[in-house]
Amino acid sequence: MTRARYLAPLMALGLVLAACTSASPSASPGTSSGPSASAGPSTGEDDLTGQSVTVIGTWGDAEEEAFLAMVKPWEDATGATVKYTGTRDINTILTTGVASGVLPDLAGLPGPGQMAEYAAAGALKPLDDVLDIATYESETASGLVSLGQADGSTFGVFIKASVKGLIWFNPGLYDYTDNAPATWDDLLTQGAANQGSAQALWCLGIESGAASGWPATDWIEQIVLHQAGPDVYNQWWAGDLAWDSPEIRGAFEVYMNDVVGKSFGGGTNAVATSFLTAGDPLFTSPQGCEFFHQASFITGLGDFPNRTAGTDYNAFPFPSINAAYANAVEGAGDLFGMFHDTPAAKSLMRYLVTADAQNIWVRIGGALSANKNASDYPDDISSTMGSMVANAEMLVFDASDQMPAAMNEAFWSTMVSLTNGSITIDKALSDLDAVAADAYGS
Amino acid sequence: MDDRLITAIVVVVGVPGVLVGYIWGTEQVLRLFGGRMQPRIRPWLWLLPALGFLGVFLVYPTIGTILRSLQDKAGTEFVGLANYAWFFSNDNALSALKNNVLWVVFLTVFTVGIGLLISVLVDRVRYESVAKSVIFVPLAVSMVAAGVIWKFMYEYRPPGEVQIGTLNAALGAVGSGPVAFLQAQDFSMNTFALIAVMTWMWTGFAMVIISAALKAINPELLEAARMDGANEWQVFRGIIFPLLVPTLAVVSTTIVITALKAFDVVYTMTSGNLETDVIANLMIKQMFSFGDFGRASAIAVVLLLAIVPIMLFNIRQFRSQEAVR
Amino acid sequence: MTTAASTRPRGARPGWFARARGRVGVHAVLAILMIVWLLPTVGLLVNSFRQPAAVSASGWWEGLTPPYDLTLENYAHVLARNGIADAFINSLFITIPATVIPILVAAFAAYAFSWMEFRGRNLLFVVVVGLLVVPLQTTLIPILRLFASLGINGQFLAVWLAHTGYGLPFAIYLLRNYMGGLPREVFESAAIDGASPVTSFFRLALPMSVPVIAALAIFQFLFVWNDLLVSLIYIGAANPDNLPLTVNLANLVNSLGGGWQALGAAAFLSMALPLVVFFSLQRFFVRGIVGGSVKG
Repeated sequence: MTRARYLAPLMALGLVLAACTSASPSASPGTSSGPSASAGPSTGEDDLTGQSVTVIGTWGDAEEEAFLAMVKPWEDATGATVKYTGTRDINTILTTGVASGVLPDLAGLPGPGQMAEYAAAGALKPLDDVLDIATYESETASGLVSLGQADGSTFGVFIKASVKGLIWFNPGLYDYTDNAPATWDDLLTQGAANQGSAQALWCLGIESGAASGWPATDWIEQIVLHQAGPDVYNQWWAGDLAWDSPEIRGAFEVYMNDVVGKSFGGGTNAVATSFLTAGDPLFTSPQGCEFFHQASFITGLGDFPNRTAGTDYNAFPFPSINAAYANAVEGAGDLFGMFHDTPAAKSLMRYLVTADAQNIWVRIGGALSANKNASDYPDDISSTMGSMVANAEMLVFDASDQMPAAMNEAFWSTMVSLTNGSITIDKALSDLDAVAADAYGS
Repeated sequence: MDDRLITAIVVVVGVPGVLVGYIWGTEQVLRLFGGRMQPRIRPWLWLLPALGFLGVFLVYPTIGTILRSLQDKAGTEFVGLANYAWFFSNDNALSALKNNVLWVVFLTVFTVGIGLLISVLVDRVRYESVAKSVIFVPLAVSMVAAGVIWKFMYEYRPPGEVQIGTLNAALGAVGSGPVAFLQAQDFSMNTFALIAVMTWMWTGFAMVIISAALKAINPELLEAARMDGANEWQVFRGIIFPLLVPTLAVVSTTIVITALKAFDVVYTMTSGNLETDVIANLMIKQMFSFGDFGRASAIAVVLLLAIVPIMLFNIRQFRSQEAVR
Repeated sequence: MTTAASTRPRGARPGWFARARGRVGVHAVLAILMIVWLLPTVGLLVNSFRQPAAVSASGWWEGLTPPYDLTLENYAHVLARNGIADAFINSLFITIPATVIPILVAAFAAYAFSWMEFRGRNLLFVVVVGLLVVPLQTTLIPILRLFASLGINGQFLAVWLAHTGYGLPFAIYLLRNYMGGLPREVFESAAIDGASPVTSFFRLALPMSVPVIAALAIFQFLFVWNDLLVSLIYIGAANPDNLPLTVNLANLVNSLGGGWQALGAAAFLSMALPLVVFFSLQRFFVRGIVGGSVKG
């Protein structure tokens, strides 16, 4: 247990920064069919009448509508059409597609690892000559830019992002809005003092269908990041640090003692509860819990959309465990890549990274922009979260998503067993080390 | 909408027309041959479309799978039996194999047993079609919907909270605490909870086939036995059951293979966590999540080998059917 | 060989199972099984008429007591999806040929396996049945490559052919088992009367196999109707305009799994047609269709 040693009151400052510069006219005086970089709608004025772009992504329901709203101005300006298919089986489509050569023009990519594989296979087209890279890099959070690179070229861009490691609370019970706990110990003591009628400190739910366990891996990631710092964090997902090292073991211990041990309904309930509705007990009377840890996108899920931001719920950033890493932020986002370099696909790609395009989804809600200049957030909370991504001093990406897929999956699955009480921390760590020996090798 | 109209015509008229035309055409072709050659060539002409489809869609990819199972993840190097060695030395794979044994035994016993029971019983009541429809409905449910349906059945809330899952509410009503069905590992309860979902879905399948065979039994045979003083059990045991054996063999074989290939219930409901994994789910993960086609192919080949005993049993079964007809 | 006019089961005839005690037992067992099988679906049905928030807050049975607070919102939400009407028609265009083709092709093969003599017949048949175990996921890549080289990926034809290939082992197995059980004398006397195999097939084998063909038609229709993977892979990337209902409805759920409450309404809307098919084919399941001519 190393966590209590480093107290850092500075914390939240680094996170809640002002973001937005003015809305730039954005985008790419691209190479080929040069849309003007000047004023006016940055939809790229290529005449692509009658052409179409096939797009496959995981966005469904309201996300699908938001994406279609986002591409509408481009369709209007160019005369081309976007044929979007949303499916959560995107892994299957892309694995099969890369192997057989049948691919959509553009697609959401499962993660940086798969992106690199598809790029190496020659399926994914480099974007260096498609985008105005200098503009793209200057407008995009730096951590996100490098995540889209493989072998020195840009293959993936982010058209929306999210920030992880937020602690949600109900101001009706106790309002932490202006006095967020700065350290993990503060959080535990203040939480206990202000718990009132809430039945437990934490709400915890890690069920997520075939990806069950990921909310628990996010917990471990946050603890590692704030306890051991970004360098250790990056070594860890890269496979250069054993699972059974003091840093990682320490994070597992914090998770089991301070989180699972203080959660509403305990570990069994956490495994049985979908992360989608895990935060709902924040809004029951009496409250099931005082705090709920989840990424920014939770505002669109469970009972959150029925509640009012600011009065019914609010959030503060993950408190520091070691003061040195108070400013570290974990981001995540939807990587997007191009498989066919048709004129229409290239034009759409240029459009999607612009602030004008990303502002459309941002205004609809439920998304943070990857472009720093897109900041038309519908409420203060979203705006704050958006600036956390845009201005983070130490931005890291979801660790488990950067691990080899087999490692990631084993991490999820082990967290389910551990949270359920089926295995001990010792067993969990040795199992994960065994998987690592195999997964990083190939 | 012209395209649609053309498609509709192709769909309704063209497709069956082509196939019937083919078979009619074979007889014209056969006329070119001598009378003695005809019976030797004819079966192959009748089999040709089926063998063509099977060859292209199943045999050809399977040959590829077998070769691929001897290669590494990227498919660049031959690694001998390394993928098989991995499979049989991996704890998860062995636990999955054990679960598949449970799946094969219990899914088959439950679906065929209950399907047979229902088929025989509904034959004697006036609400036969209603009863059969009720059992059949789950088969029409997609896997996604079945996942949602059973989520409502198995839903768990902590003790003291209001239970919103059907089963835990029922347990509460009789004074018992809630059970996390999909997490309880004692006696593989969670695996049985998954088998129950599949049983619910597939019993209708067994019932429809068994019932069709039951209807084909000549009623006079049964009447005659009853006239001779046989009771209902003796009629079932002595006449109905033996006549149903070929059909039960077909249904059982199909369900055994379904149980071996079962993955979507597991994938949807537990993702194989907490020792509920099955080999087909491992294969899917290796293939589409990890991109390791070598290991995935080795698992597919293990599946292929696992049915050899079942196929040998089937050969015996056909021989005995042919002997009596 | 007409359809039996009445669905009245023989069990209703006097002499069948006369003892009252036994009857009560039969009804009790059936009633229990029917309740067990119906209950999960009823839960979903009730929940499909409840507010999404209520579904995750209280048990479905709360929708049956005041205040009911029922709504058609979920159904409206599903029906309002982009392109759902086109997707429904696509599903029909995919499903009908993908049901008819394998049944006819399998019937030819089953007839040959049952009533024609040739070397290696049993071995070949067992190999065909053994193909049942091939996981269709292992075929996706080679077949997609093949379709792409023929230029038919993205078209309905690709999916018809694929579903035929995948459906054939079971179809041949089931039909062969049934056709093989038909009485030998029928075919022998037809042959003596000079009927060609084609005539015997269309006049005798097919009509006598109607119950099993009806069963097969139902299964194949259901499997294809509910299929998502095959269409997604062989149509998906190339031509989203041809995608079926399942793909459209699956996207009611967002990338994180939210919005699943609408899946209940979607399930009932999408189940409606297969159930109509089942009910309309159910009349072929009554006794007497083969005129009692099947040897016992």
